[in-house]
Amino acid sequence: MTVSIERTWTAVCPASAVPEFSGVAALVDGEQVAVFHVDGDNWHALSNWDPCSGAAVLSRGIVGDAGGVPVVASPVYKDRFELTTGRCLEHEGVSVAVYSVRVRSGVVEVGSP
Amino acid sequence: MRTLVVAGHGMVAHRLVEAVRAADTAGRWRIVVLAEEPRPAYDRVALTSYVDTWDPAALALPGSDYAGDDAVELRLGDAVTSVDRAAKTVTTASGYTQSYDALVLATGSRPFVPPVPGRDLPGVFVYRTIEDLDAIREAASRPGRGRRSAMVIGGGLLGLEAAKALRDMGLSPHVVEMAPRLMPLQVDEGGGALLRRLIAQLDVTVHTGTSTDVIEADGSRLLARLGNGTELDVDLVVFSAGVRPRDDLARESGLEVGGRGGVLVDSACRTSDPAVYAIGECAAVEDRVYGIVAPGYAMAEVVAAGLTGGSATFPLPDTSTKLKLMGVDVASFGDAHAATEGALEVAVNDAVTGTYKKLVVTDDGKTLLGGVLVGDAAEYNTLRALVGRPLPAEPGALLAPAGGAASVGVEALPDEAQICSCNGVSKGALTRAITSDGCDSVGKLKACTRAGTSCGSCVPMLTKLLNACGVEQSKALCEHFGQSRAEMFEIIRATRMTTFSEVITRYGTGTGCAVCKPAVASILATLGNGHILGGEQVTLQDTNDKFLANIQRNGSYSVVPRIPGGEITPEKLLVIAQVAVDFGLYTKITGGQRIDLFGATVDQLPEIWRRLVDAGFESGHAYGKALRTVKSCVGSTWCRYGVQDSVALAIELELRYRGLRSPHKIKSGVSGCARECAEARSKDFGVIATEHGWNLYVGGNGGATPRHAELLLSDVDTETLIRTIDRFLMFYVRTADRLQRTAPWIEEMEGGLDHLRAVIVDDSLGICEDLDAAMAKHVEGYTDEWRGVLEDPEKLARFSSFVNAPGTPDPSISFREERAQKVPVMLGVPEVRR
Ligand code: SRM
Ligand SMILES: Cc1cc2nc3c(=O)[nH]c(=O)nc-3n(C[C@H](O)[C@H](O)[C@H](O)COP(=O)(O)OP(=O)(O)OC[C@H]3O[C@@H](n4cnc5c(N)ncnc54)[C@H](O)[C@@H]3O)c2cc1C
Ligand code: SF4
Ligand code: FES
Repeated sequence: MTVSIERTWTAVCPASAVPEFSGVAALVDGEQVAVFHVDGDNWHALSNWDPCSGAAVLSRGIVGDAGGVPVVASPVYKDRFELTTGRCLEHEGVSVAVYSVRVRSGVVEVGSP
Repeated sequence: MRTLVVAGHGMVAHRLVEAVRAADTAGRWRIVVLAEEPRPAYDRVALTSYVDTWDPAALALPGSDYAGDDAVELRLGDAVTSVDRAAKTVTTASGYTQSYDALVLATGSRPFVPPVPGRDLPGVFVYRTIEDLDAIREAASRPGRGRRSAMVIGGGLLGLEAAKALRDMGLSPHVVEMAPRLMPLQVDEGGGALLRRLIAQLDVTVHTGTSTDVIEADGSRLLARLGNGTELDVDLVVFSAGVRPRDDLARESGLEVGGRGGVLVDSACRTSDPAVYAIGECAAVEDRVYGIVAPGYAMAEVVAAGLTGGSATFPLPDTSTKLKLMGVDVASFGDAHAATEGALEVAVNDAVTGTYKKLVVTDDGKTLLGGVLVGDAAEYNTLRALVGRPLPAEPGALLAPAGGAASVGVEALPDEAQICSCNGVSKGALTRAITSDGCDSVGKLKACTRAGTSCGSCVPMLTKLLNACGVEQSKALCEHFGQSRAEMFEIIRATRMTTFSEVITRYGTGTGCAVCKPAVASILATLGNGHILGGEQVTLQDTNDKFLANIQRNGSYSVVPRIPGGEITPEKLLVIAQVAVDFGLYTKITGGQRIDLFGATVDQLPEIWRRLVDAGFESGHAYGKALRTVKSCVGSTWCRYGVQDSVALAIELELRYRGLRSPHKIKSGVSGCARECAEARSKDFGVIATEHGWNLYVGGNGGATPRHAELLLSDVDTETLIRTIDRFLMFYVRTADRLQRTAPWIEEMEGGLDHLRAVIVDDSLGICEDLDAAMAKHVEGYTDEWRGVLEDPEKLARFSSFVNAPGTPDPSISFREERAQKVPVMLGVPEVRR
């Protein structure tokens, strides 16, 4: 038997509101989601909650790369999280939730996790 | 293929596996490791540091899970329970049986718990594994009344480490030692007496020369009675009374054991059965057991060589130790107790500085045999390396406070001198790694030679060796730029590039990171490239700069308006007070003579700043690597001793340099007379009034490594003073490293303060005109960053918590009240502790 899970999408903002290499926070079903624009069509979304500080701030981190892998560095203690997997580079076993994100007709949409 | 079975996976077993894998190029051995503990081998030597993070990952030994190595099988959490030597098999607790061609016992030691009545009570612990510490932590954090206390039985190395861990957990520790002094094995009487005094100053109560007779339960607490009649009422007890080798498997399978326990082995670590070896703390090599890791590593190397076709025998081990206990240095090396026939002792006991140093030398006073250092062990590595060698100076001279052994320097050591005793690495081996194998950093030396990877005490020597070999340590900014910050500054200045994208495309790789982006943003700002949030620059800034406010632990921000020189009118005080009341902010006078308003959400920042800017305030740059404050004392206007108007000068300086972006923050102070009430000498540049003008001091700071500023100019007039400070700051901004304050910048400069004076006072490089012009440009170009935001709707739009719900504040931020003001409530408990 195959169970298919319907993913719901929430529009959060125009793509033009998020410059390349930056992030914004959005409220999606009461959850705080950090949406990142890397470059071109590359978008990622993680939970906004930084497990290393306990503050909801990941969207305000600096976006760049570590060895070519896109990462965001939390603004509080500078721990880095991979944008594709949510994995923390500084602490083994620590990670944050990954959300799906897409751009439709110039609008950024976040999918249920 | 043959099977090597290793019983136990501690530090020594791990070293064995690594050494066999490295030497077994022919692929002769398959290795099965059977481990009792639930996790791969970790750094037990550093166990006490677990208390800092409570993160087992921080103790991990690199590669100890053998991921990706098919020749090694690691079975965790399943202890070996028996050995059948006839069948050549071992069986584990879970009933798993494994045959072997060679068996290595590496089962370590167990803590020795003397038969004190009450030793089985709840609340009584030992100190050897991560699980032991977790259990102690749980007991220590159970709610109770008042400050919690603990007793450590045993005042040796481990007992004192346990006391440190307990103190770091917030308990008041008592240490009970049977011998008449602490660390009886390592230090002598003189050292022990000083150690006791230093440790006692650190809120650890020491009881020596007494036993523990009984421990009794007393409600939820424990009551311990000591042999000398003392009764201790404590929350928990930790036994740290030595260790005993875990030789049960050997005993039960009929192998010979040593006189005082331990699996008896020869100098090649072979037991009485040629297929069975023993290494590490469980082994008695020629009937001697070792309780530290270095001899264990040597045994692992010996067995690895034997199994892979080489041969080696156990070298005479170095049992030197150095540790830093609660900030107290203790070291002993070589023949510390002068056991050698005819040995002489030379000791210096300095009660004033709290140091005790003893050297043990041969009867002719020419050769070093060993020694003890307490209170200050800076010379440990050099002295230890000199053991068995002719002394470079009289023993007395080596112990003299200034010019002591530290000044002998690494150059003076012979090639055979051991630099890293944990891993047995000599100076010669390190020099070869540097000069022939291209190791140009401490990291590479560690990877290449293993030096510095265990206790870490030799790392400073590695740096010195690199310097002595003329290797420049890399100053590369980060993985994206090979250049140093100073080089980047020159590149950007010369090419006049104005965006990070251009800079990284032409001079870097990848897309940048949280290190290079703010560094380049700062350089662009220093060179005057418009508002720091203009265009692409906004994506380069740290969050503090991005929101022109300081982030706090709960994600809220603080607001610090500039109050030049700390002088403020009552009317302006009223404005700050009213803003704080209206927005519900916590207020505090900072250490920089101004007022900080805490607890603003991102959405509130523009509204708060609109009110402040309208009342004539401007950004205080508390968030930026920039000029912070110029503190002042009241000076000659009011003070009966003042000789110049320190307030007026402080205000002038603060307004002149405000907004100047720099490698690190810059602080200043101006005092009206030599009494120095503004603490100017603890600042990057400080000014002190004299009868005839001003004295200028540079290169001071507070912080973690406090330093007094040094005199650069004396008795100069205001114009000369300001011109010199202009040049000082511009030269610093151009040539310092990222996050390097002025003190280390001057220290690293070749020629130091004299060179600095030559450049900015005598213009020895001919750049002063340029520096003057750059500062003039900065002063002219200054505009208030907050006003710039308030005037620009696009920049303002970024100040919202949620892009799809402007005006909704972050719901995870909440506050409670303390001393009649609001303070943050911590919501999500961090998963990772620091
Ligand atoms: C607010 C204040 C404490 C207070 O309530 O008094 C403070 C607060 C912070 N200090 Fe400080 N320092 C404050 C005065 C000081 C002083 C005293 C002084 O300036 O006279 C010192 C020692 C003097 C010095 O810097 O040399 C001081 C030495 C530090 C250091 C260590 C610097 C060093 O070179 O070792 C840091 C860490 C750093 O910058 O890397 C630091 C870092 C910080 C940070 C920015 C830490 C952070 O990143 O969150 C704190 C946040 C400020 C904020 O507003 O949220 N703070 N800090 C003081 C603000 C002064 C101001 O008005 O701007
Ligand atoms: C707090 C602390 C601080 C220390 N500080 C220093 C220091 O500064 N310098 C220094 O040189 N040394 C120090 N030491 C000592 C050092 O940690 C040991 O010398 C070293 O760990 C010994 O390694 P080992 O592999 O022989 O034994 P261990 O590390 O004890 O490892 C033995 C392993 O074998 C397992 N085992 C036992 N029996 C069996 C069995 N039957 N089957 C399977 N597995 C079994 C055990 O569970 C354990 O995991 C310190 C020790 C402690 C506890
Ligand atoms: S430094 Fe001098 S002038 Fe200034 S307050 Fe102190 S005593 Fe008075
Ligand atoms: S001396 Fe311990 S790591 Fe080098």
